[in-house]
Amino acid sequence: MATTEEPPETAPERQGELFSTISGVENEPLYTAEQVEVDQERDLGYPGGFPFTRGVYPSMYRGRLWTMRQFAGFGTAAETNERFRYLLEHGQTGLSTAFDMPTLMGYDSDHARSEGEVGREGVAIDSLADMETLFGGIPLGEVSTSMTINSPAAILLAFYLCVGEQQGVPREQLRGTIQTDILKEYIAQKEYIFPPEPSMRLVTDMVEFCAGEMPLWHPISISGYHIREAGSTAAQELAFTLADGFTYVEWALERGLDVDEFAPRLSFFFNAHLDFFEEIAKYRAARRIWATTMRDKYGAKNPKSWLMRFHTQTAGVSLTAQQPEVNIVRTAIEALAAVLGGTQSLHTNSYDEALALPTEDAVRIALRTQQVIAHETGVVNTVDPLGGSYYLEHLTNELERQAYDYFERIEQLGGVVAAIKENFFQREIAEASFRYQAEVEAEQRVVVGVNRYKLEGQPELEILKIDPRLERQQIDRVQALRAQRDSAAVESALARLRDDAAHDGRNLMGPIVEASRAYVTMGEMCDAFREVWGTWRETPVF
Amino acid sequence: MAGKIRVVIAKPGLDGHDRGAKIIARALRDAGMEVIYTGLHQTPEQIVETAIQEDADAVGISILSGAHMTLVPRILELLRGQGAEDLLVLVGGTIPQDDVIELKKQGVAEVFTPGAPTSEIVDFLQGRVPV
Repeated sequence: MATTEEPPETAPERQGELFSTISGVENEPLYTAEQVEVDQERDLGYPGGFPFTRGVYPSMYRGRLWTMRQFAGFGTAAETNERFRYLLEHGQTGLSTAFDMPTLMGYDSDHARSEGEVGREGVAIDSLADMETLFGGIPLGEVSTSMTINSPAAILLAFYLCVGEQQGVPREQLRGTIQTDILKEYIAQKEYIFPPEPSMRLVTDMVEFCAGEMPLWHPISISGYHIREAGSTAAQELAFTLADGFTYVEWALERGLDVDEFAPRLSFFFNAHLDFFEEIAKYRAARRIWATTMRDKYGAKNPKSWLMRFHTQTAGVSLTAQQPEVNIVRTAIEALAAVLGGTQSLHTNSYDEALALPTEDAVRIALRTQQVIAHETGVVNTVDPLGGSYYLEHLTNELERQAYDYFERIEQLGGVVAAIKENFFQREIAEASFRYQAEVEAEQRVVVGVNRYKLEGQPELEILKIDPRLERQQIDRVQALRAQRDSAAVESALARLRDDAAHDGRNLMGPIVEASRAYVTMGEMCDAFREVWGTWRETPVF
Repeated sequence: MAGKIRVVIAKPGLDGHDRGAKIIARALRDAGMEVIYTGLHQTPEQIVETAIQEDADAVGISILSGAHMTLVPRILELLRGQGAEDLLVLVGGTIPQDDVIELKKQGVAEVFTPGAPTSEIVDFLQGRVPV
């Protein structure tokens, strides 16, 4: 019997390059049934069944392919509206909105801090009037919309709801996701405005509001994507994201909500990096940890509360400015990992994104990459085709173990908010990111075109340029709005916002919706909160 | 202060992409330089003030928000206004080639784009700052 033999000797091995995963997890040369302990029922189950390691639905992509959802937004609301309508005309059913930096940071376009940044990395939205333009001619009852915004998420959700009302679509029928994941802002993305506690209150207000009034809306997309982009390892992405998720659950429970009232609407967002098997293992471990913890620790009874559904985006950080066409290959491999890991929706990056926002041609290739995986490779024909692979199951167990180790350390520090204040996450990520960079510079890790296989004198790539005149137009627009609106209504709405912000027991969504209807700008609302809550500034560590 | 090169690593603009800035800060420190990292969301005024207060030899501006053609010229202008135009200004980030040429014309000593090894930045500073 071959199984009684010793595994074959693998030495001698190549010298110089590391054999560990990109995150530094050591790999044995070979995995066999002897090394990998997997209990079919406890660890795997069936797809669509607890603990969902093999996927959240029984039929997965045989039933329905993942949603191909490309993130878009630039310039003013009118430009992005045009792009949205173009995408919808070409069969896309979901929209995904990128906002510009001033919007993400709660500044109106005419604020001094916004200069040079208006419409650069996304669309500029100052008030309900811009949101009306952004979704003009788009029936909100028929699309699902994703909005990537965090600190001012409650305000953007209110704007969206008001546009729905104007179209005659009641809030109960609106479908979509808003990111709202403020914890990962403190940890990694760093687009925070207020200190953690009032920010968490605002998030919990939204969770409560959506549980009661917007049953089809996902109020939070708990995101590891940005944690990974900031340089974390796969295990850190997994652990910190889930720890954030549990923190939102705990705040909502504290508020008096029943776990099954809100948990089915929590969704996740992960990165798809280059280390192929490690990424697939990460998604599988994530589903298992979430299901187990929701059921056993938080007492969720509705199986929908156990399900981790997630969006994935390929790793921007893995793209190179050198020989950018090679990024098409990287993105394809990352996207394949996301699909084999069972993602519900996917954004593929464009090959020119290490240089600028993508051109239309580059975006089309990125979308085609997903279509090739879906329709040409055959990987969609069988559910979790890699399940049971010795190596993959080993890595899944290993990442799960590392995640639980991190949960314990975070617990010891007093939870996620306390750990943020101690710079725990920031330090862990900086450490991991520096280690990786050092490995690349020592050529222990090869990055094609960067530290090996270099090309001199590359031809210049045609990149997207944002017309600087758009900034002036947007400034004029918000200033004209301020001159036209009913200023008494604005003042009274702002007074109520300040008053309610100062009282912890009041849900702020109502007054935010009221202020939105009075065309109070996003920046004015954020200023009102800044007055009451102050702002956050981290102590930088490196 | 003899011996050590003093560098301020600065993050102007509203974006929070600080992976690059932190890696550079640490690599320069490991190479024996005195590094002051400003943290995020700094205005040009704050950056220039820090650079002057810290008596820096160089300031490294990390920027990925797309606002470099607004913010970097402002920093250069403020430095000139303070008579600190001899301070070496480096820029790192996603900077299109046309903008690299323009920024250098305006007085930026060097622009490092994604993929540049930290050793290249260390060598550049050691070559340009008299110790």
